[in-house]
Amino acid sequence: MASVAIGEVYKSFGTVEVLHGVSVNIDDGEFVTLVGPSGCGKSTLLRMIAGLEKISRGQIAIGERVVNNVAPKERDVAMVFQNYALYPHMTVAENMAFSLMLKGVSKAESDAGVRRAAEILGLVPLLSRYPRQLSGGQRQRVAMGRAIVRDPQVFLFDEPLSNLDAKLRVQMRAEIKELHQRLKTTTVYVTHDQIEAMTMADKIVVMHDGVVEQIGPPLELYDRPNNLFVASFIGSPAMNLLKGAIAADGPPSFLGAGGISVPLAAPLPIGSGEPVVLGIRPEHLRLSDQGIPVTVVVVEPTGSEVQLIGRTAGGEEIVANFRERHSFTPGETIRLSAEPGLIHLFNGETGQRLETRSRQ
Amino acid sequence: MALQSAAIQPRSSNLSRILSRWAESRNALGFGFMLPAAVLLLVFLTYPLGLGVWLGFTDARIGRPGIFIGLENYEYLWSDAVFWLSVFNTLLYTISASILKFVLGLWLALILNQNLPFKSFFRAIVLLPWVVPTVLSAIAFWWIYDAQFSILSWALQQMGLIDHRINFLGDPTNARASVIAANVWRGIPFVAITLLAGLQTIPQSLYEAATLDGASRWQLFRYVTLPLLTPIIAITMTFSVLFTFTDFQLIYVLTRGGPVNATHLMATLSFQRGISGGQLGEGAAIAVAMIPFLLAAILFSYFGLQRRKWQQGGGD
Repeated sequence: MASVAIGEVYKSFGTVEVLHGVSVNIDDGEFVTLVGPSGCGKSTLLRMIAGLEKISRGQIAIGERVVNNVAPKERDVAMVFQNYALYPHMTVAENMAFSLMLKGVSKAESDAGVRRAAEILGLVPLLSRYPRQLSGGQRQRVAMGRAIVRDPQVFLFDEPLSNLDAKLRVQMRAEIKELHQRLKTTTVYVTHDQIEAMTMADKIVVMHDGVVEQIGPPLELYDRPNNLFVASFIGSPAMNLLKGAIAADGPPSFLGAGGISVPLAAPLPIGSGEPVVLGIRPEHLRLSDQGIPVTVVVVEPTGSEVQLIGRTAGGEEIVANFRERHSFTPGETIRLSAEPGLIHLFNGETGQRLETRSRQ
Repeated sequence: MALQSAAIQPRSSNLSRILSRWAESRNALGFGFMLPAAVLLLVFLTYPLGLGVWLGFTDARIGRPGIFIGLENYEYLWSDAVFWLSVFNTLLYTISASILKFVLGLWLALILNQNLPFKSFFRAIVLLPWVVPTVLSAIAFWWIYDAQFSILSWALQQMGLIDHRINFLGDPTNARASVIAANVWRGIPFVAITLLAGLQTIPQSLYEAATLDGASRWQLFRYVTLPLLTPIIAITMTFSVLFTFTDFQLIYVLTRGGPVNATHLMATLSFQRGISGGQLGEGAAIAVAMIPFLLAAILFSYFGLQRRKWQQGGGD
């Protein structure tokens, strides 16, 4: 096991720069997810850790060793690929033993290693099958088994669950997390699915257009997003974002399109009249007598909660989640408000977070 | 009147019922669609093959139909040294040319599979020997191997490597090597391009996974490329062997089987005895004698190489 230090890493393909100075520190034994929309450079970064892509500038260290010029096989990392990359002409056991065979490990030792990994993952009955004879979830498990057998310093996962159906994905998510808790191997996990990132990670790295937007534990990212991108990317359904400005006079409040006014907690982090974006998570909205008038558009009861999609007077869409089983009729106008302490404010020009309250 | 129409009507409705049943029947329709292709195959493949086999059992000559003589032609060939020499030549020619084509073709395919500059240009160039009609390239080789004007002899002399011209087609060993070289030159593109197509079906991620597993370049080839390419290699080399075994044009242009029958293949011998010599029955018997070899090659490739256990089982 080892820590991974990524320092000011750049990557260019020809003249196109896809990573613009990324720095991430991953502690020994930590589970870190790199998350972001497709094309943000997260897979490229992972492949650079693995050694499958050259580092254009900056450096990556695994443990104490800078690995910029270390061949992939010398780095002692194991990777699980999105399409599993199982060798189709080898049985499950042969797939898992392949790296040991190349290392020249004795047959008995390699068999024992494969057996141990197969027991952890419940693959023992499948050891003599070929990849074609396995289901998607089983193949996924074999790919993980191949990584476990090597007992590497670092596990790398490249969107490993995206080829599975929704139910299996949830199940495998828990399995990977459990596996990490058991093996405590440093893990870097790439995904575009923020739910996966939230549920599995000790630490999330949100990437966008080749830069790191924010690094932090899942709930910190959720509660205190650094900027508009993180605010809208983390959380499902996404945070409601309303454009407007700070009221020029009177008590501290936000003025939005269509005459919306939302009272804010003092002291204000930005001057009166400045443009801001107001953010409220759907589950923080409550029915109230005052508050933002919203026309109900669609009501989606899921049993555990009621999700409401509405529209403000300014034409902006707003989503609210209620644990209570309110009944709404499309077309009716209701009023929604949130506690000032749960309201996020972002600079209208830079998109950066404005602290509305002092941190405890 | 009423009687007449009553008598006619059933008949015409019977006919239309049969027609409509034919038109709606899947089997009849399928048969109808297959018919043109089947006719072509029967007329241009089955009939000549059958005729050839039949002629092998007769003493037909050009201009004389001949009568059935059983296995007499084969008995004669059994004790014919030239026939056995041609069998040996054909096997030597096929085996050495196929091995060379496979090794060089695979090598070329591996090179073309890299990220070379002007990749598609080189891929197109490689196909040239395959595209040029065999007779034309054979004539070009005829000049290359010419006793007096050979460019090879000239170039080697200029470089000071040899002091007299090489007798390419006049010496039995040289002639065999020369025709094999010409065949290899002509056959490489087919092998290279089909193997290249096979190489491109191997997912890049397998190489990446194997690299991380610690494989060297040789081990990548040995444990990933080669096993995954075997099915394509089997098909490609089966075709290549069949083409080479039945080769005729190159030999006919370059040596006509000489010197002293050293390059006579079964195909050229069959033509020489059957058409030039007029002994249709004997020529046909030589041609028929090729069939067991060809069948053996196909069966070997089908059972030995093409069917892999790992390719069976559930699909994706």
